[in-house]
Amino acid sequence: MSAHSTAVKRRRAATAGFHLGAGALAVLWLLPIALVVVTSLRSFDDIAAHGLGSLPHSFTVDNFRLAWVDGGQQRALINSMLVTVPCVLITLALAAMAAFALSRYDVPLRRTLLLLMLGGNLLPPQILLIPVSKLSEMIGVYDTLPALIGVQIGFGVGFYVFVLHGFMRAIPDEIQQAAVVDGAGPWQIFWRIILPLTRPALAALSALSFTWIFNDLLWAITVLRSDTKMPITAALIGLQGQYVSMWNVIAAGSVIAAAPTVAVFLRFQRHFVAGLNLGAVK
Amino acid sequence: MAVLTPARPAPAVTPARGRGRGPVRRVPPLVLAFVLVPLLAEAVWVFWPALQGFYLALTSWDGVSPPRFIGLGNFREMAGDEVFRTAAIDTVLWLVLFGGLSALLGLATALLLQQERRGVGFYRAALFLPVVFSLVATALVWQAIYQPDGVLNQLLDAVGLESLRHAWLADQDTALYAVIVPALWRQIGYVMVLYLAGLKGIDPALYEAAKVDGASAWQRLRHVTLPQLRSVNAVVLSVIVIDSLRSFDVVWSLTRGGPYHSSELLSTYMYSTAFQSLRLGYGSALAVVIFVLAFGVICSYLVRAFREAD
Repeated sequence: MSAHSTAVKRRRAATAGFHLGAGALAVLWLLPIALVVVTSLRSFDDIAAHGLGSLPHSFTVDNFRLAWVDGGQQRALINSMLVTVPCVLITLALAAMAAFALSRYDVPLRRTLLLLMLGGNLLPPQILLIPVSKLSEMIGVYDTLPALIGVQIGFGVGFYVFVLHGFMRAIPDEIQQAAVVDGAGPWQIFWRIILPLTRPALAALSALSFTWIFNDLLWAITVLRSDTKMPITAALIGLQGQYVSMWNVIAAGSVIAAAPTVAVFLRFQRHFVAGLNLGAVK
Repeated sequence: MAVLTPARPAPAVTPARGRGRGPVRRVPPLVLAFVLVPLLAEAVWVFWPALQGFYLALTSWDGVSPPRFIGLGNFREMAGDEVFRTAAIDTVLWLVLFGGLSALLGLATALLLQQERRGVGFYRAALFLPVVFSLVATALVWQAIYQPDGVLNQLLDAVGLESLRHAWLADQDTALYAVIVPALWRQIGYVMVLYLAGLKGIDPALYEAAKVDGASAWQRLRHVTLPQLRSVNAVVLSVIVIDSLRSFDVVWSLTRGGPYHSSELLSTYMYSTAFQSLRLGYGSALAVVIFVLAFGVICSYLVRAFREAD
């Protein structure tokens, strides 16, 4: 046997080993997701008779109707969207403005301001829960979606400022100076030059912040009280109380709650992964 | 990102410059407003509440009558609070187990999946998919697995290990560990992404050189890869500590800290003390403890950010 064919054999074995190991890992990871999707499509009687772990003996989409209408998931999903979309837009707009000012101009104390803002985001939210719930009571927004939007923006903005600042700082000075010579004011420089150049970072951060805000539970149950105003995460816990051990309905609810972020992930996977790394370059 | 900055020859005469980079520019009012508006938003919802939080920790307060100043009374009470001790120990356990395992397994999966082979994108996506799930949805999925008649017990039956059957979440001895598993399932993909990016940044020439010197695969890992990952390690460590101390959703949706506080973390204990027992002063004091635990990490994070920022 020649040395060449041994090498080929060894490489084939390595490839097979890799796919075996990585494949097993992927299956292990996807199994819980498959379980919940399958469960959401089974009837209650089927699960009661055969158990959660058995192969399905029935097929129904009725669970989704139950979760969606009777379980109040429709309203909860709308609430979540009403909070998440404005939050993402406003947080990123504010953060981009601050990052622009701090990275492109000699604002007094700019380093201190930058780190102060980042530091606010790193605080454990627990220290803020009680005062924030009292504050929203005091200004009359307790148990309303604007309270949740406000706190999500205030708490999130520091982190995005920091990331965008790093990104904008790397844009060469000459571009801006050319614009100044052409008579552009700060707004035009921001809007027509710096923002377009920051697009990749903005895309990454929006994908990331969408999932973070959409998935939040702690802030929601801190500033909201009424069931009708709860976002999807809190509603899912409510669903679990309402349909105790009706795993088919609870699974359908989980699928509904996970669908938007999974859709964002599948659509913007590249941006999403980039966003996590952007955040880590600190 | 530094590559974006073109290399330019040093100017013969250095123009007057501020301490920062770039020439000194007059700061237009609009630009000041650009900083002040976001800062105001953060001040209202974060800085001011945080200061209040520290003050409230020194009070006894039911949320209705005005807070009563009691100095360090809450912290004295903590010293004798059995549940606080459990929660503190569980939080440390959580930090070590959840943190340690997600770092270790995240690195291991990154090392496995860094190879550019056909289909590797699918494997990465599979491990990464749970990251986008809410911890609530994650928790419910795993609750179905942990039920007394759930998938895990059925699996144990099927392989003849009936003796290991358990009410996983209802048993004081297993509840905390049963909660850690879904948290890990979701976190490992995240840590893996951080390490993948770190591994990608290592200069291949280093491996070539090590190979020429006859280093084995293990030696290359030990003496090239791991030292090169030092900065990523620091990031992962910070992320893990902060995430551990913040961990709330998964425990709250699976066990609410029970049974008998056996899976209680400081964060869940703080929440139930404040919003269910309505002991807002004591809850604030617990929050201060969480803050103090996080403080070291926050500081080292900021020190690093400080170096990066200029």
